[in-house]
Amino acid sequence: MSAMRAAAAVFRRDLALAFRQGGGGAVALSFFLVTAATAPLALGGARDVLGPIAPGFIWTAAALAALLSLERFFQSDYEEGGLEVLALSPAPLEIVAAAKAGAFWCAALLPLIAASPVIAVLLQMDAAAIAPLMVALLLGAPALSLIGAAAAALAVGVRRGGLLIALMALPLYAPVLIFGAGAVNVAPEAGLASAPMLFLAAYSLFCLAACPVAAGAALRLNLE
Amino acid sequence: MTFGDGASEKSAMTFDPVHLSAKALAVRRGEGIVVSNVSFAVGPGDALALRGANGAGKTSLLRGVAGFSAIAKGDLAFRLNGAPADLDEARSVLVHYLGHAAGVKTSLTARENGRFWADLFGGGAVDAALTRLGLGGLAASPASIFSAGQKQRLALCRLLIAPRPVWLLDEPSAALDIEGRRLLNMLIAEHRRQGGIVLLATHDANDVPEASVLRVGDGVLSKGVAA
Repeated sequence: MSAMRAAAAVFRRDLALAFRQGGGGAVALSFFLVTAATAPLALGGARDVLGPIAPGFIWTAAALAALLSLERFFQSDYEEGGLEVLALSPAPLEIVAAAKAGAFWCAALLPLIAASPVIAVLLQMDAAAIAPLMVALLLGAPALSLIGAAAAALAVGVRRGGLLIALMALPLYAPVLIFGAGAVNVAPEAGLASAPMLFLAAYSLFCLAACPVAAGAALRLNLE
Repeated sequence: MTFGDGASEKSAMTFDPVHLSAKALAVRRGEGIVVSNVSFAVGPGDALALRGANGAGKTSLLRGVAGFSAIAKGDLAFRLNGAPADLDEARSVLVHYLGHAAGVKTSLTARENGRFWADLFGGGAVDAALTRLGLGGLAASPASIFSAGQKQRLALCRLLIAPRPVWLLDEPSAALDIEGRRLLNMLIAEHRRQGGIVLLATHDANDVPEASVLRVGDGVLSKGVAA
């Protein structure tokens, strides 16, 4: 019981921090919007060019936006001694990591999902594909956040570890990108409950089971 | 619980008896063993001052007790109400650690830090603790503008907000002014009267008068000397 209360405290605090000075919430959203808004400038505004690549482009932008704000995931806790405080809380570090990943999902990724219809319109995507895109983003975002938490935990002792985090997280992001974009592409024929969509959901569940454990172990290692 | 005048002190909570003992303890940090063959036993109301040269392993010993650094050899045991307690579980409910980094979130205000600790550890009386540590007027200020000493005072609030019997303090007076040190002395004395245990690494004998002294580096425990 006290572990759940502690996890809720971490979740609430991180959510509040995300929109403060140095928080990741606004960074991810602005990066996402800027990338997608500049794409038509570089690629030309033609519907038959932009439309087909739009799902893949949006997924890539979302994954990179997530990576961009991951560096600070555990960093400020580590530097300010907050990790020691969290380690002695009634919640094990695994639960703490999961709570932080949840807060990251809410603060950094939910705004992206909310903004995705605007981007879809900018990229001349078929209006019928917007709903599948948002569902796919909702199902895939937990995986992005949880994998990011595990990678950030491993790199927490490294100064300027953002690149290291990206290198560790990107290979694990690959299935999310492949099946995320695939789910949008097959939606006209297969509908929402397509095989890629189900795989995406399964992958997020797998990450929910595996990543907090990895993150907890990595944090313990870095406390030494 | 309330803080402040002597009358409310007497009615303050008393901890369930906790005993902490180490037998021939060796603590590993990274690849090497940094402190070895340390033995001590402390019970309710005891304070143990860890003394030793820089690099003798005082911090490592505290981090080993807190569970951050691995214990390479020997035994570390908590007893709660006379019964042996699981080590990890005991740490997560009985132990406060205050190290060189204060554990204060600088992008939050003092009060928000306090509320977070109250929620995290289970506690309350945030404003009373801030007032007690002389931060009452700064409760709504972000901790980023605090001096090192003020951050340390805020960190000490953590000990009051969430009462836990075992305090592991690593040079807690380092950044404090004279008034702050006097306050720290009082907090430690009060904590001991309530049945708490204090382990602290220090170079200043005035931090804990009447404490046992453990010289880290040679692992010898001498009783009741604070010189």
